[in-house]
Amino acid sequence: MKTHITFAITVLVLILAFMIGSSYYKGKQAEKIDFLAQENAELFVRNHSQTLGSDDAKVYLIEFMDPACETCAAFSSFVKQIIATNPGKIKLVLRYAPFHEGADYFVKILEAAKKQGKYWETLDVMYNTQPYWASHHNPQPQKIWQFLPKAGVDVERIRKDMNDPAIEKMIDQDLADAKMLNVRKTPGFFVNGKPLQTFGSKQLLQLVESELTANYPNQ
Amino acid sequence: MTYLNEKINWNILFLCWLIASISAMGSLFFSSVMEFAPCVLCWYQRIFLFPLVLILAIGLFPFDKKVVKYAFPLAIVGWLTAAYHNLLYAGIIPESIKPCSKGISCTEEYINLLGFLSIPMLSLLSFSTIITLLIILYKRTSK
Repeated sequence: MKTHITFAITVLVLILAFMIGSSYYKGKQAEKIDFLAQENAELFVRNHSQTLGSDDAKVYLIEFMDPACETCAAFSSFVKQIIATNPGKIKLVLRYAPFHEGADYFVKILEAAKKQGKYWETLDVMYNTQPYWASHHNPQPQKIWQFLPKAGVDVERIRKDMNDPAIEKMIDQDLADAKMLNVRKTPGFFVNGKPLQTFGSKQLLQLVESELTANYPNQ
Repeated sequence: MTYLNEKINWNILFLCWLIASISAMGSLFFSSVMEFAPCVLCWYQRIFLFPLVLILAIGLFPFDKKVVKYAFPLAIVGWLTAAYHNLLYAGIIPESIKPCSKGISCTEEYINLLGFLSIPMLSLLSFSTIITLLIILYKRTSK
């Protein structure tokens, strides 16, 4: 009987140690990122970063994304919905973390579309057609081209503009920032410099709402 | 005397289970909490480590000396994979023949405690200890 108790207590201690360890680690991590956010806001928003929403917004939602990432596609309308329900209060900043192999190809197309003022339209087309070109077993990046006209872009100009070496530099910068901020998966969300601790749409909404109440206390 | 022996045997197996459990939790901590993506070789080592937690625990209640027979093959294959991983990590086996050139690199350094404790080294140490304890237990129970 004594052995059963020893065993049960050990199991409990191990589980507790794991839970305390994770919350301690996550707390430390959040502290570190909070410090980075105060010392170096550039890590979150670069001049080249694509944004959506009012410049006067007090809540910055930063998303490290990858055009070939399924979860990013699934989250895109949810994120836009959060912004739409709080007009003028939230600004979305997109950062690149093209972790999927060959995903920088799509970032280049996006940036080329930006020059034609069709960034969001092109991103929507990419997300919507993702299953056709981003299969994990057989990615076929060339397939994207047949869908691009839907975004209303000049496809020939994109083919030319996407080779701009400045885009490559931009991706490198974003990847370096992602590394600094410990983003290892996409989408990686930060709200006013606070990382999303556990991933999920509910958790994201909670984090955004807590920042909204903190920054707009009278509404 | 036999009672004391039985107690020691149980404790050895318990220690063995404890090491396997701590290693399994540690590996889960690295992947789920610290978000280090496990490479292919790490996955193989996990495949042989995780069942040990259950098999060794089952051997404790009631104490069953046959548990050595079931746990040993898992520990050996896990140890071999860990040994190979360490050789790769140390650069003794050249990069070109490593099986995981695509995806997550098996030689990326995530942690380095005291100058020599990398994740593959932790794995090798834990499999080595488990094997040593199983051998001691086998010698004691097959007398």
